[in-house]
Amino acid sequence: MDNAQILLDHDYPSTLDSVDAAEAEILKAAQSAGLDEDDEHRIGMAVRECMVNAVVHGNRYNRNKFVHVGVFKQDDRFTIRITDQGEGFEVQEVPDPLQEGNLLRHSGRGLFLMGAFMDEVKVRKAQPMGTEVVLVKVLAPPQ
Amino acid sequence: MSVKLNTREVGGVTVVDVEGRITLGEGSSALRDLIKDLVSKGQIKVLLNLSEVNYIDSSGIGELVSGFTNVANAGGAMKLLGLTKRVKDLLQITKLYTVFDVHEEEKHALASF
Repeated sequence: MDNAQILLDHDYPSTLDSVDAAEAEILKAAQSAGLDEDDEHRIGMAVRECMVNAVVHGNRYNRNKFVHVGVFKQDDRFTIRITDQGEGFEVQEVPDPLQEGNLLRHSGRGLFLMGAFMDEVKVRKAQPMGTEVVLVKVLAPPQ
Repeated sequence: MSVKLNTREVGGVTVVDVEGRITLGEGSSALRDLIKDLVSKGQIKVLLNLSEVNYIDSSGIGELVSGFTNVANAGGAMKLLGLTKRVKDLLQITKLYTVFDVHEEEKHALASF
């Protein structure tokens, strides 16, 4: 990737501690990229949801599997790529948490919140296995 | 810091003062256990004071929803007090703000039971 500045490139074990660790590292990267406090909060929320999905639903806490986190800045885009080694899922099969009948469900809001807090969210199957989620925050132009 | 929960009784209502983050793991399970315990003891007028909570993730939202339905199924009510801006935004985004009975003043919240 031309002119991309790599801010984080790390494999995390499939534990809940990794959720906190990745969130903290990514927030440091966001700060260094010049994002403001509100954007940092939104990124933290989205990262947390994504890491929880990767650790809990993707890798199912398997100690032999890792969650890869890559963070880079390119032009006006702050991009986070989170990849698990799970069995994957079909995005279109995730129920809409805003539908009347789903409002009081206990779970199922993670992917929706990523979309609400980031400017772009892409979910695709990783090779040879797993799910890759790409979260993008567009940086505000300098004043 | 995860979450700290303190309960007090005010005029037949159990006020739960919550402080910290309600997130997957210790935070959400502590809240779940507390509400289960209150329901089992018949304390089904519950006011959750969230004025010291600045961070809730989807697991925490799940626990609020479960608490709300568990208390309602027992014939009671669980209401929310003192939402911070970020928590209020989160409940609005998820369309739950109008599901919960939300109050800004404790005395008004207590009087509503």
